[in-house]
Amino acid sequence: MDLDVVFLSRIQFALTIMFHYLFPPLTIGMGVVLMYLEGMYLRTREPIYEMAAKFWTTLFAVSFAMGVATGIVMEFQFGTNWAPYSRFVGDVFGSALAAEGIFAFFLESGFLAILVFGWEKVTPRFHFFATCLVAIGSMFSAVWIIVANSWQQTPAGHKIVTMVRNGTPVTRAETADFWAVVFNPSTIERLTHTLIGAFVLGSFFIMSISAWYLLKGRHEDFARRSFSGALIFATIASLAALISGHSNAQMVAKYQPAKLAAMEGHFTTGRGDLTVMGIPHPAERKMTMHLALPGMLSMLAHNDPNAVVIGLDKVPREFWPPVGITFYSFHIMVGLGMYFIALTLLACFLRWRGTLFDKRWLLRIFVVSVIGPFVANEVGWVTAEVGRQPWIVHPNVVRDVSGNIAFDAAGMIQYQLSEGLLTRNAVSESIKGSHVLASIIMFSFIYLLLFWVWLYVLNDKIQKGPQPVKILGDKRKGWLSASAARTLHEDSMSEAKDPFGNGGA
Amino acid sequence: MDLHVIWFILLGVLLGGYAVLDGFDFGVGILHPLAKTDHDRRLFLNSIGPIWDGNEVWLVVFGGALFAAFPDAYATVFSGFYLAFMLLLFALIFRAVSIEFRSKMKSTGWRRAWDFGFFFSSFLASFLFGVAVGNGMMGMPLNRQGIFIGDFIDLLNPYALMAGAVTVAMFAMHGAIYLFLKLPQGEARDRVRGWMWHCWGIFLVLYIIGTMYTLVAIPRATVNFRYYPWAAAVVLLNVLAIANIPRSVHRNRPIEAFASSTVTILCLVGLFGIALFPNLVMASNDPANALTIYNAASSAGTLWRMLIIVIIGLPFVLAYTAAVYWTFRGRVELGEHSY
Repeated sequence: MDLDVVFLSRIQFALTIMFHYLFPPLTIGMGVVLMYLEGMYLRTREPIYEMAAKFWTTLFAVSFAMGVATGIVMEFQFGTNWAPYSRFVGDVFGSALAAEGIFAFFLESGFLAILVFGWEKVTPRFHFFATCLVAIGSMFSAVWIIVANSWQQTPAGHKIVTMVRNGTPVTRAETADFWAVVFNPSTIERLTHTLIGAFVLGSFFIMSISAWYLLKGRHEDFARRSFSGALIFATIASLAALISGHSNAQMVAKYQPAKLAAMEGHFTTGRGDLTVMGIPHPAERKMTMHLALPGMLSMLAHNDPNAVVIGLDKVPREFWPPVGITFYSFHIMVGLGMYFIALTLLACFLRWRGTLFDKRWLLRIFVVSVIGPFVANEVGWVTAEVGRQPWIVHPNVVRDVSGNIAFDAAGMIQYQLSEGLLTRNAVSESIKGSHVLASIIMFSFIYLLLFWVWLYVLNDKIQKGPQPVKILGDKRKGWLSASAARTLHEDSMSEAKDPFGNGGA
Repeated sequence: MDLHVIWFILLGVLLGGYAVLDGFDFGVGILHPLAKTDHDRRLFLNSIGPIWDGNEVWLVVFGGALFAAFPDAYATVFSGFYLAFMLLLFALIFRAVSIEFRSKMKSTGWRRAWDFGFFFSSFLASFLFGVAVGNGMMGMPLNRQGIFIGDFIDLLNPYALMAGAVTVAMFAMHGAIYLFLKLPQGEARDRVRGWMWHCWGIFLVLYIIGTMYTLVAIPRATVNFRYYPWAAAVVLLNVLAIANIPRSVHRNRPIEAFASSTVTILCLVGLFGIALFPNLVMASNDPANALTIYNAASSAGTLWRMLIIVIIGLPFVLAYTAAVYWTFRGRVELGEHSY
């Protein structure tokens, strides 16, 4: 059997990165909540905050451990499967990856230990400090990894150098301007959108578990407050995702027109309609079952409903990304994003009316809705990465003197071919298809095991629940303080550890 | 001293730091099945509980630094050792899972299974690291572009297998000394005391065999001693450190014993570096095809920038490491947050 090494390596990369990416956005999102809870505990010294922080930290920690264990693979996979790529980009991409290690990984892993095992060993103040460092460290990670990935999408600040080594010519990218690499044209947009995606996931995760407690009638006061706090966070993040998605679309339109065209199934250059639903047929270059908002894609990409959006007809066929995957993953993401906005706004309205927690149907929806942001984060990245194909390093498009995209005699867009690298040329020369297949089977096995065990432990921790304290019911002030609670003054700290909260019952 | 040499040394520091820190984690895992009761096994596990994860970061950063400073070596080594490396990643992930989940259920069968997972993955990872170093010493067949052209099965040669065995014994010894340092007074600690002697004895025998094998089979290993006479001091220090282990154990000074086994590991990593220098990957078929710290390096500008990043970052890294080790100093106790 002839096994395609390029295809198998792509499958392996997709498998390992997508499994890994279940965890980082969850912990980035939850990290913000943990900082808030512990900060409030330090300020007010109310045991409810400590209880909440301890509970969410246990769930945070087990997910963080998953992210670390699966992240090791990512650091080495560029070398194992993508050796020519590593040689080509090492000077630029490797630096960002190494910076992530030095600035972020040590910070996260070291202080995670204090977060999990240090409750009795350090002061609350130092524990809060450790929480902040872990949360900030996870965002540092996001910064550097997105710098590296964005450079692959919209390269800047480098030069292509050809040298002779051992008598053979070698071509590679070298950093010319480090800060131009870091702040390449897509870094900020993509970082913002990624972090917002993480915040949506973190807050939906907390709402899901809180809603489950409310449905079961357990830890109700804790759950109500957690839910309300997370709801505000989720609403803001969902709305922000829409705005940042819009500016991302403009960036993609400018730098990766083929990707945008594939995302929208936009086959013919001209006014862009925003597809609500449809089925792309790349071979016939048309959409069927097409329902679209006229001019809205032009609006999205160029702030003008009549602006011309470059279609796939202007892109040489060999440089088309896979249209189907790019189109569907993008539309699933957008659809889910709209769903988050609708759901959170509805919940906010009901919360304001004071009837949210009586709506059991809505709480049930919230319990399962946590799957939404997991999927949205994944398919968002699928759009970004598959839409970049067939390039592993996407070259810039050729522009005219005024900076507009230039077309050749046949009316096609052109790429600065020397600075790009095609995915099919980037796979390691020395590996065999059977080896990659073996490692895919191995990773599938161990990731299935990991996933099962993660769900098992999460379930176990959720079933046990937070250690309740006695809470005064209706003394909420505003929504921000509603995510936590006030306790009776005569309640002592030690009662917070009373496992069934029978202190005053 | 030129930038390339500085980066070679920095990578050695990262590799040495990793070997010392994760070395005792692996050692604890290798010795884990010898613990008699469930309570003892939990003590073993929790002796490395809060720190094993951070120790693994040294490996990840070593990988990132190699990628940034010497991308050609990174690409050749990891794609050339493909299956061995995938097996290593499997062991590292499986080990993390075993540690995380072993104590989550009371069932004996469940715990037995994860105990075995913890032991086996620690053993396998130690062995594979040794095999990798052994193959590094031997070199690998490379073409003129510096691409591996051998077969996977060539990696399992007698010399590399011997290096794997030395590494397992060394980490087991290091782990036993670490346990002696961390376990509370009691029967378990008394038994670990006996293991230290056995591990040291096995390591000593394998170390002598390994040294002789190296001198006979790898002429390249000693060439640099002619250019850098000070390298002999590393050998001397290594021997003294190994000899000091039984002395400190006998005098009941676990910290001194641990320092000695740490120096032993660092010296061996240092000797590996001296044997390689200035190569990163030696070519066993034609020495001219070797990847060196010059022909496999990133541009001078990048090496400079990365050095600045290290100079900014390293004090922080050392401060975090110190803070975490300080927080979890002293003997192991089992509490509600333990594994």
